[in-house]
Amino acid sequence: MAEPNMYRYDEFDAQFVAERTAQFRTQVERRLKGELNEDQFKPLRLMNGLYLQLHAYMLRVAVPYGTLSSAQMRKLAHIARVYDKGYGHFTTRQNIQYNWPALVDVPDILEELASVEMHAIQTSGNCIRNVTADHFAGAALDEIEDPRPLAEVIRQWSSLHPEFVFLPRKFKIAVSGAPNDRAALAYHDMAIEIVKNDQGRVGYKVLVGGGMGRTPYIAQVLGDFVEKEDILAFLEAAMRIYNQQGRRDNMYKARIKILTNALGIEEMRRLTGIEFAEIKKAGTLQLPKEELDRITAYFAAPAFETLEDAMPSGDAAFEAWKKTNVHKHRQPGYAIATISLKPIGGVPGDASADQMDAVAAIMDRYSLGEIRVSHEQNLVLPHVRQKDLPAIHAALAGFDLATPNAGLITDIIACPGLDYCDLANARSIPIAQDIAKTFADLDRQHDIGELKIKISGCINACGHHHAGHIGILGVDKKGVEFYQLLLGGSGAEDASIGQIMGPGFTEHEIAGAVERVVNLYLAKREKGERFLDTYRRMGMEPFKNVAYGEELYAVHQG
Amino acid sequence: MANPSSQVLTANRLNDGTVLYRKADGWVLTLAEADVYDDKPAAQAALDAATAGLTRNEYVSPYLFEVRRENGVIHPVKEREIIRAAGPSVRADLGKQAQGV
Amino acid sequence: MPFIKDKALAADSFTAVADDAALADGPVLVSLARFQKDRETLLARNTAIGVRLKSDESPELLGEDVNRLSLVALEFPKFRDGRAFSWARMLRTRLGFTGEIRAVGDFLYDQLAYQHRTGFDAWELPENLTLDDFNRALAEMTNVYQPSADGKKTIRELRAGL
Ligand code: SF4
Repeated sequence: MAEPNMYRYDEFDAQFVAERTAQFRTQVERRLKGELNEDQFKPLRLMNGLYLQLHAYMLRVAVPYGTLSSAQMRKLAHIARVYDKGYGHFTTRQNIQYNWPALVDVPDILEELASVEMHAIQTSGNCIRNVTADHFAGAALDEIEDPRPLAEVIRQWSSLHPEFVFLPRKFKIAVSGAPNDRAALAYHDMAIEIVKNDQGRVGYKVLVGGGMGRTPYIAQVLGDFVEKEDILAFLEAAMRIYNQQGRRDNMYKARIKILTNALGIEEMRRLTGIEFAEIKKAGTLQLPKEELDRITAYFAAPAFETLEDAMPSGDAAFEAWKKTNVHKHRQPGYAIATISLKPIGGVPGDASADQMDAVAAIMDRYSLGEIRVSHEQNLVLPHVRQKDLPAIHAALAGFDLATPNAGLITDIIACPGLDYCDLANARSIPIAQDIAKTFADLDRQHDIGELKIKISGCINACGHHHAGHIGILGVDKKGVEFYQLLLGGSGAEDASIGQIMGPGFTEHEIAGAVERVVNLYLAKREKGERFLDTYRRMGMEPFKNVAYGEELYAVHQG
Repeated sequence: MANPSSQVLTANRLNDGTVLYRKADGWVLTLAEADVYDDKPAAQAALDAATAGLTRNEYVSPYLFEVRRENGVIHPVKEREIIRAAGPSVRADLGKQAQGV
Repeated sequence: MPFIKDKALAADSFTAVADDAALADGPVLVSLARFQKDRETLLARNTAIGVRLKSDESPELLGEDVNRLSLVALEFPKFRDGRAFSWARMLRTRLGFTGEIRAVGDFLYDQLAYQHRTGFDAWELPENLTLDDFNRALAEMTNVYQPSADGKKTIRELRAGL
């Protein structure tokens, strides 16, 4: 089994996770005995990723900054088989969710996870959540520095941070080390972009106050250039302001985006600055270079072979896959390969235990034992030899994992929606399936090009609908599912919030509406324009005029 | 026929999360077996009894939802409860629907 | 209710005085409003003063007076309201407060360790908890990743052999 270069627990990390697991076991026991009532237990179980959903409990397991070893992948498969119903769901925040665990089994599941250096700590609740990062980290051509060492530093600092486990609301942090934003930084409570200043020194640009949900905001700059050793002090300062001043009277106004906009970014900067100076003076939160170096060493680039760039060719299926699912690696002769978890008509992000085991074998054989979970609910083999691509493609195809659609219109992000989620207003998955079937033709998908569709089953926006080039939001109209269409969102470096088109569509109308919108784009696009570019040039009106179709148009006007 | 106030009481079992429906003073696993309360006071009384019984730590989150009866079969009014009673609509092999209910 | 000070059961030497009640003799615990109203009288009495802050009252509102107090009681109106963790931290760091910081109100066994870490050193424990519970709660996690007001060595420092 290949051992990838990634963070490994030392005795302290191992003890920490073991004790946390034991602690949760006693919390479960106290709940079953009635020493804790549900009201008291709920925040405690959420802090360990355990929800009560529509049909059953749901356990969310962290995949810190999206990096997994093959041993971990096999363990995830094992848990799916033994404690769940044979599958898991990869989410938009680099987590995996199990939909059917029994409460009484969860402590055992956590022990299984701890045995492969994994956990469910702070994957939910009003605390700092699993830190996410660019899924191409360490392999991308455009990277300044690998974001994962900093993400690991933040993971440790935020784990059971005594001040920040009962925040006004959840808190999501993302890190990216590249100018091309693959981590949706602008939509995070706080985000860190690794940047180089004029003198060529590397430091951190810190953003604050982005978010989706009921009131979407694009994050603003809190610190242009924070020195590496100061980053934890800076984050802690901002968090302290938020914990003290964030609203607690209304859960829809409790995120830091609301505080940031109420205070204004200038005031937020000033307050953070005062607290930051104070923390810096104390000195205890300074991040010594040796510590960052020590953690960085775990993520060292693997021992690449000296190879020439030489992309192999193959049959039509391979060529189609190569075109969309294979990306340039910074090392000659290597490539990054995306494993789509979006088979046409499948459930976006779901993987069966058998698929996970198959992926683990492919990781060992071809990807130095390593894989990434992307926020687009796909898996990424970060370091594969170009010459192995045909074999990888063939191996994936055997497990229905070779769908050639990464970044295309059928690579749809969808939250679990009303099929699983207790908070949902409408189903997301069947809508994704309908749209994928509508556009199943591969030539048509390629002709349409990059088009990101994102679907949420309610305003909580777990499916990132605001950030979709085409976004779909499920709403409830007197117990019946309805869908609003949004256009023009982006979660990349050109981040923007999608605009709602108008009255909603029924579940049977929505795929047709999307098709008419896409057809208009195909008719009107100028050379080189993606859907998003054409929309930005033309605006909502023409798309709205076609979306409702003649029949629907009459209904909505009438 | 549709009685606007017909309701069923549901909850989740504490130890494993399984969806439960109220029947008499206990719980059953399928909607088909559940008691239907045709008037508001009866429904409220059932909910009050279940809420009082939360201290036994056997189930959580009891609540009422609307149903209608057609030919003796109980149908939830809202999509949410239809899915909850059956299982994920995208996975006919999972949930109560897969257990032949 | 059990009262814990410096990790042992203790007798509470402060008398809580309602806003409209007469000041008792000896050490008193008053609200921020009462303190602001009777500041001169209280400071002139030469007995220990404690102020009880609601979760939306920043210790900064005490101004320079904070270090003339012997006790600041921080209220958890509902256990989910975690503001007091940050107020305690602010008291211990920025405001340099060395007196007693007392946890009062609605909090859980599972929060005792976080309170201890952020600078609390006295507790009006919920009725169902004992000193044994308290000690057990503080011992659940051996090591910590981040510095706080308890001065405990962090895992980073332990790794570096500090
Ligand atoms: S967006 Fe809404 S429906 Fe979808 S997973 Fe999140 S909370 Fe559930």
